Amino acid sequence: MSAVHSEVDSKTLWGGGFEPFRASYGKLMMWFFLVSDTFSFSALLITYGMIRFSSVDAWPIPEHVFTHIPFWHINAPLVFVGFMTFVLIASSVTMVLAVEAGHRMDKKAVEKWMLWTILGGLIFVGSQAWEWSIFIAGIDGHTASLISNPYGPPAFADLFFFITGFHGTHVTSGIILNILIFFNTVFGVYEKRGSYEMVEKVGLYWHFVDLVWVFVFTFFYLV
Amino acid sequence: MSSHGHISHSNSPVREIPAPQTAWIFKTFWILSAITAFEFLIAFTKGPNVLNLNHYVVVTIFVSLTLVKAFYIVADFMHLKHEAKLLISVIVFPTLFIMWLILALLIEGHYTLAMHHFFR
Repeated sequence: MSAVHSEVDSKTLWGGGFEPFRASYGKLMMWFFLVSDTFSFSALLITYGMIRFSSVDAWPIPEHVFTHIPFWHINAPLVFVGFMTFVLIASSVTMVLAVEAGHRMDKKAVEKWMLWTILGGLIFVGSQAWEWSIFIAGIDGHTASLISNPYGPPAFADLFFFITGFHGTHVTSGIILNILIFFNTVFGVYEKRGSYEMVEKVGLYWHFVDLVWVFVFTFFYLV
Repeated sequence: MSSHGHISHSNSPVREIPAPQTAWIFKTFWILSAITAFEFLIAFTKGPNVLNLNHYVVVTIFVSLTLVKAFYIVADFMHLKHEAKLLISVIVFPTLFIMWLILALLIEGHYTLAMHHFFR
């Protein structure tokens, strides 16, 4: 490992005079946090699978539950959730563009792409709020709560609220982090520091939120 | 605590900013969008019903496409494929525990339902 030693800048070494995994401390800890968060989300989605498999009552078919889109009163199964998925993927792309701009020390471009990312996140959370309100409003006056819902077993609504809610909380905290990064960029914090690595670390978190949604989309809405 | 090999030129008043290299980002974006559109097409057109496909076949298609998307997000967007080999292993191997949990709890779920019908 002495070869690795000589390659790294002395500024990047950790307290022990070594750089484990050739990653900075902050980036490595973000990865470890994301692994632990992977376990949280996996536990929730696998719980969904187990409860669905063991359900005595017929489990609702997502295509028949999520059929609404804003403004038009037509039957559009999964169209809105498809839109939400696209928004989140697009905001992941603008995040990579911000990280890329950070590598080139291009302050203006980082600001621009962070703003687009924040906008994408806000559209997603707003869409989720709308989706929740439609879900709670239910069918013909039968509203959905944690105790009962008009779609199927109570556990279906419980899992909907918990899984999409836990994900929405992640998106919300991601937006807050993105806003912080945006203002730090505007105030030149990273320019002075000589590195935009914070954009990259928060970017990892943001992509993770997108990654989780890919799985929620499949296991909650598609199958 | 900066980790990048960049040398900052922030002291010089006029600094050249290199041109963006974004082709790979948009390539990944199109792959992800195309897969999502395809998944949506399967779900929306009810193609599997028309083709009389087994439900498990459809689920397998959805899960496979999801894993492909996950690969592109983690490898490209999260940059994991450019990290140290050991770091990749440390991130990827713990997901084996998730595979185990999926297997264990789905079997348990089937069994719970079977026992319910058995003792009814």
